[in-house]
Amino acid sequence: MTEKEVRLFGSWASAFSLRVEWALKLKGIEYEFVNEDIPFNKSEELLRLNPVTKKIPVLVHNSKPLPESLVIIEYIDDTWTEGYLIMPKDPYEKAQARFWAKFAEDKCLPATFGVFLKEGEAQQKMLHEAREAFKTLEQALGSKNFFGGDQIGYLDLAIGWYAFWVPIYEEIESVSIVDNENAPLLKAWFARILDVDMIKTSMPPREKIYEVSKHLQVHWKNASPLK
Amino acid sequence: MAEKEVKLFGMWASPFALRVEWALKLKGIEYEYVNEDIPFNKSEELLRLNPVTKKIPVLVHNGKPLAESLVILEYIDDTWTEGYSIMPEDPYDRAQARFWAKFADDKCVSATYAVFTSFGEAQQKLLQEARDAFQTLEQALSGKQFFGGDQIGYLDLAIGWFAFWMPIFEEIKNLSVVDNENAPLLKEWFARILDVDMIKTSLPPRDKICELSKQFLSGQIKR
Repeated sequence: MTEKEVRLFGSWASAFSLRVEWALKLKGIEYEFVNEDIPFNKSEELLRLNPVTKKIPVLVHNSKPLPESLVIIEYIDDTWTEGYLIMPKDPYEKAQARFWAKFAEDKCLPATFGVFLKEGEAQQKMLHEAREAFKTLEQALGSKNFFGGDQIGYLDLAIGWYAFWVPIYEEIESVSIVDNENAPLLKAWFARILDVDMIKTSMPPREKIYEVSKHLQVHWKNASPLK
Repeated sequence: MAEKEVKLFGMWASPFALRVEWALKLKGIEYEYVNEDIPFNKSEELLRLNPVTKKIPVLVHNGKPLAESLVILEYIDDTWTEGYSIMPEDPYDRAQARFWAKFADDKCVSATYAVFTSFGEAQQKLLQEARDAFQTLEQALSGKQFFGGDQIGYLDLAIGWFAFWMPIFEEIKNLSVVDNENAPLLKEWFARILDVDMIKTSLPPRDKICELSKQFLSGQIKR
């Protein structure tokens, strides 16, 4: 199938557009990356392509737009059926991968941001929740090298960003969210996934993400002051 | 593929368990239904099968448990490949269906819950938000009979429960969230989907759902 054009509206500092880029790179798909100035200055084009949620990433393939990073990843696997296999083949394993990706979005994500955006007792509560959530998430790994088995797959792409962002948040806030006490296997996977060539060469610069994170932290805390 | 056993752990008044039953019925799959006393008295077996989220529905197929209703819907379609096609064939249509199911579960469910459990001025603001959310959801219908086209599909199964539960909530609280003003096409779809034979014959008793909903919306019982 010859695709006419693949464009990805994202942000160099966004974990969610990064995971779509990972899927595109695994498949060897050429694409144009359109960097959006998130969240302050979204382009007219983005708002036209995704009027519903107004967010990045948005994949545009043959002029048809698609938002929601995890939905996009599955679309990429469904459409470019040659080459790297992202979703597990077995229906039960595929379902489990989707279950855990949802668990991570529902439980790990808000707790992680909670640690980053709250203070005092509220932060401690979030920290406890985050540590528990990651400890639970680790179950999906078991003794495998990657969630996908010997190679990275859908779930690795879905949650790989934690391997990069969590240590940055931990550093900024002087807390420990994923460590050898609550999730040693996950911690080992953090190192392993960051060492995958494609992932390693696609990461944004750490010091810039550190800076942007601190800047956004102030913005988010001011936007909705949470004790 | 001969399945040994299909069991569904659910609750008679749960829209999320009902979604899964609809998928099983569309495929003509025989299953054993295990009613759980949610939320007060979950069985040991349920907690053993779904220790992660501890919720229903849980599908058990060949001894292997699976939680999360939308994940289960896709699993059913992936596994029983003969018969009724639940997911759209075209990858883009399929992706759009998943996008809208997520939008409905993220925005419409929370907006519905928020508006019906709030009061006064706060409720008025939330009412507008809920009306907007359903008005947006209507876009996914785009002139079709069902979200799946001429027949019901994944997205119809995912949000069909609103057709039954929304009018009940609206009646209890005397509010209008989905009407001819903000979402006339969606309102028509409400009537159309409740008229589908399989759906019509599988709904829980309206009076019992009314009673339970009153308790639920007044905070007497939790989700």
